Amino acid sequence: MKVLVPVKRVVDYNVKVRVKSDGTGVDIANVKMSMNPFDEIAVEEAVRLKEKGVATEVIAVSCGVQQCQETLRTAMAIGADRAILVETNEELQPLAVAKLLKALVDKEQPGLIILGKQAIDDDANQTGQMLAALADLPQATFASKVEIAGDKVSVTREVDGGLETLSLNTPAVITTDLRLNEPRYVTLPNIMKAKKKQLDTVTPADLGVDVAPRLKTLKVTEPAKRGAGIKVPDVATLVAKLKNEAKVI
Amino acid sequence: MTALVIAEHDNAHLKSATLNTVTAAAACGGEVHVLVAGEGAQAAAAAAAQIAGVAKVIHADGAALKDGLAENLAAQVLAIAGNYSHLLFPATASGKNVAPRVAAKLDVAQISDITKVVSPDTFERPIYAGNAIATVQSGDAVKVITVRGTGFDAAAATGGSAQVESAAAVQDAGKSSFVGREVTKNDRPELTAAKIIVSGGRALGSAEKFNEVITPLADKLGAAIGASRAAVDAGYAPNDLQVGQTGKIVAPQLYIACGISGAIQHLAGMKDSKVIVAINKDPEAPIFSVADYGLEADLFVAVPELVKAL
Repeated sequence: MKVLVPVKRVVDYNVKVRVKSDGTGVDIANVKMSMNPFDEIAVEEAVRLKEKGVATEVIAVSCGVQQCQETLRTAMAIGADRAILVETNEELQPLAVAKLLKALVDKEQPGLIILGKQAIDDDANQTGQMLAALADLPQATFASKVEIAGDKVSVTREVDGGLETLSLNTPAVITTDLRLNEPRYVTLPNIMKAKKKQLDTVTPADLGVDVAPRLKTLKVTEPAKRGAGIKVPDVATLVAKLKNEAKVI
Repeated sequence: MTALVIAEHDNAHLKSATLNTVTAAAACGGEVHVLVAGEGAQAAAAAAAQIAGVAKVIHADGAALKDGLAENLAAQVLAIAGNYSHLLFPATASGKNVAPRVAAKLDVAQISDITKVVSPDTFERPIYAGNAIATVQSGDAVKVITVRGTGFDAAAATGGSAQVESAAAVQDAGKSSFVGREVTKNDRPELTAAKIIVSGGRALGSAEKFNEVITPLADKLGAAIGASRAAVDAGYAPNDLQVGQTGKIVAPQLYIACGISGAIQHLAGMKDSKVIVAINKDPEAPIFSVADYGLEADLFVAVPELVKAL
């Protein structure tokens, strides 16, 4: 069984982005870029399935600019076997990415597609579900446990108020939550090995997908700032403030 | 122009996130209808009909809808989507699971986690963990939206008298099945609806200490319990208590952060709280920059003292 793992190149989670002064977006020139953390969990899960002998091949995919090659090399350093870059300089929104991935699913026929539940830049939380809909596949989002049993996959999901378990027919789409696994550190020998692995490049036109954005960003602004608070010297003062000033208890 | 709200419920009760979503739907400018899709969900449908401002409730009842499977629920929404200009889901685990499926089938963009309706086609939504607010305009005929509860007041749960109309329920898609549910036993208020939240961070040091220190304060205040991602990662608290960018977004009247340093991902989930209290022994902790009242102290001393003083 092949496993397809889409990965996104995003601003590193430690970077605090700044809104551009002209309100057209956030300034991402010269900031550190990394693989979206949830996608790293997805790659790790796929590689573990291969190490268990369940998956036969792990294919990493990224959609975007040429530099996404670095993200794909990272995925291959974790253990993906090969990679595909859908290269474009256009702005890609989740629906467009889902359509590109659908075209690759048709081509590669994976048994599982594992994605991060959400990218930490646009915080959309859409691509996996959209891909499942377009490919007419069952889905299990926010996974904290994945177990393959024959032609079915059992997935435990993080939902409001607890956990639920679904059984899906494969092929299926899974999106990862935080506790699914802890991604390994990539080692230097594996980084070197990843450089020699196969990385193919295609374009949206090759896949016959129109990626024109559907949402227009009119402006991007700073969120409202909170007024500076005060430090209180002790618990008694804190209780008094909460009772008499803030009136919240 | 009519907006459809997809109700979140457990067949017996409506979840409060539905009420905030109704307010967002009303702001889109037209009539508001509510879809209650479930099995044996008459009580939830009756409750939806009571919500102020709702003109009609559509109740679809069938075995395929019992457990909220995304494939079936999306199909149910699509079966009636043709009548609507806006489809609004609460941005909860269930809403986020189903809405993109509906949007993709309609070949339209989804607008995630809106915090404001600017006009019927223009919305505000936070990006980059709330460090920026994007105003986006949709050119699609149908707007598929998830609504961040903290951005909208709850509609009144009573005062309405909408008619309840039955709709044929979809058949099971046959590609997935529900196996089981493990509900965290909890008699506290729901995290996203709580008026007071007591939240613990990595400084608690262990699951035992987390319970020992945080629970008495929450009990005393009748508060919900939250946790930072660091505390969840370390196994001190279950994941569904996680407050932050990729967890729950909350905005209670009072948020008490105990031993939470205040990473941007955590602030993203709670900085809209009305009053924020931070208890931390590190004077440089970023949580103090958003706190209305900061107490620089060892939480293992200060929190029990606070319990006694209340």
